[in-house]
Amino acid sequence: MAEQPTSIDITSLVKRHGDTLAVDHVSLTVQRGEFFSLLGPSGAGKTSVLRMIAGFEAPDEGTICIDGRSMEAVPPNRRPVNLVFQSYALFPHLTVAENVSFGPRMQGVPPGEIVSRVRASLDMVKLTSKEERLPSQLSGGEQQRVALARALVNRPAVLLLDEPLSALDQQLRQEMQVELKAIQERAGCTFVCVTHHQEEALTMSDRVAVMHQGRVLQIGNPQDVYESPTSAFVARFIGVSNELSGIVRRLDGGRAMVQSSELPGEAQMALPDGTTLQEGSAVTLLLRPERLRLSTEAQGRSGEQSLAGSVEKVLYSGSDRRYLVRFGERLVWNVRVPNDESGRNGLQRGDAVHVRWLIADAVVLSE
Amino acid sequence: MKQSGGWLWRASVANLFFLYGPIAALILFSFNASRLSATWQGWSLEWYRALWANEALQAAAVNSLWVATVSTVLALLLGVGLAIGLEGLSGRRQRQIEQALLLPLVIPEVMMGVSLLLFFVLVQMPLSLTTVIMGHALFNVPIVLVIVRARLRKLDPRLLEVAADLGASSWDTLRYVTLPLLRPAILGAGLMAFTISLDDFIVTFFTAGPGATTLPLKVYSMIKSGLSPEINALSALFVVVSMGLIGLSLLLQRR
Repeated sequence: MAEQPTSIDITSLVKRHGDTLAVDHVSLTVQRGEFFSLLGPSGAGKTSVLRMIAGFEAPDEGTICIDGRSMEAVPPNRRPVNLVFQSYALFPHLTVAENVSFGPRMQGVPPGEIVSRVRASLDMVKLTSKEERLPSQLSGGEQQRVALARALVNRPAVLLLDEPLSALDQQLRQEMQVELKAIQERAGCTFVCVTHHQEEALTMSDRVAVMHQGRVLQIGNPQDVYESPTSAFVARFIGVSNELSGIVRRLDGGRAMVQSSELPGEAQMALPDGTTLQEGSAVTLLLRPERLRLSTEAQGRSGEQSLAGSVEKVLYSGSDRRYLVRFGERLVWNVRVPNDESGRNGLQRGDAVHVRWLIADAVVLSE
Repeated sequence: MKQSGGWLWRASVANLFFLYGPIAALILFSFNASRLSATWQGWSLEWYRALWANEALQAAAVNSLWVATVSTVLALLLGVGLAIGLEGLSGRRQRQIEQALLLPLVIPEVMMGVSLLLFFVLVQMPLSLTTVIMGHALFNVPIVLVIVRARLRKLDPRLLEVAADLGASSWDTLRYVTLPLLRPAILGAGLMAFTISLDDFIVTFFTAGPGATTLPLKVYSMIKSGLSPEINALSALFVVVSMGLIGLSLLLQRR
């Protein structure tokens, strides 16, 4: 097999369920050896894309190529991919070793080689001492590892994972995030992972595709999608986001006078470099809670922008404090202040406060 | 509260006595030393010995076992195949075909016996053990179907997808995944079918030819010449064997 940089090439994929477009003209390419995640709320169509790559569903339109080969009319058992199911779907009547050796046995791998491959695969997921157990005798985390080993033993070109960590508890989930990434590096194959959990996607992935209502809204590395979202949906879905929407009334160099229905009067909005706006266009300002500062003084530093409001609520969560700050009737922002100084009791409910941010930290979306 | 509990308990005991009293009496009297069924004259195994020596009964028992075995195998082949085939269909077609297949469960057995007799006469098939076997297979297919379908519906459909994903053909999937997972249900259904065939009187009565006497038919003909303790002994054996088989069948289905 010639080494090609592209592992999966999806062009204009469409899947209809009745009248609704479950997958709406999705195009994306995944590089060889990449950890790629499809991130989105349930019903975004990400699982449909995964099942079409695996061959369990046929696309209504569009093509899927794996390693340069079209997958049209290729049944699941002849595709160079393996899928790890959300519920693991281990064969309950087979032992761990028999579960893992199922794939090679079906593909006619010589018995001697099966033994060594099964061992290597269980080794990769660090589960060697439990070969003779039945799935029902394993913990959730162990079952997950068996499911991974059972897929990896086939040496697939692409490993597909459907919500791989959703059945695990919080602690195990975080451990497995690191572990999955390590396993992917050891196995050296392409991973495509479906998840609705944004932290999981950001931690593990090389690149993330954010999906919503069947469409891909943004593809980029975790830093891109978190720090430079191209739409309000992406900003809201990945982490908490503060917003201010309005109409540009006047432009004045690097500043825009914005009229917002959420605020009384006009707000002056300093624009980050490279923003192009026109008078009369709608604009949305997006800010992450951890990029905001609170201060009681009106005067800020240069390169900063501020809005005056009042503290509505203080939520203490140990490692940080979250302040809900109200500006006017309908606008409340979330401000996260790290609890990095003991004994500091901060602001109280009802205090007048100035919320400040660096102009460069704001994301400005214009429509 | 305590009052009603006591009342419920007494009702349950009465009910159980009503259900199992006759059977218990039957088993008890099979050990009666007296030739007259109604009077107790002490313990004896005489009637079991007589049973053992009765060659006509032995021939009937062999017939019964043969009929039960062959009709069970037939019903399993057809029933399991149909159950797996039905799973591949969907929606209305599946329901319609399933209902048609389950109809023999609700048709009165006498009607089924008469219609089978008419059918065999029509196709000019002489009545024999073979016709009995066909009749038994007919009412056992829906029983196997119901039990195996219940188990199939509980199977995780993803297991079949996983098998395909791991490179198994549909034949491999059937052999290495579906059938092994259905095994308890298939064994349970087989035992159930075997027991029902062993106990069947009505369909057998209509479809058996000369020389094709099964145990229930034999018991019936013996009763015509009066109740003998030998029948008690035979019936007691029948009850114990049937209950054992049904118990085993339920145990297997629960797994």
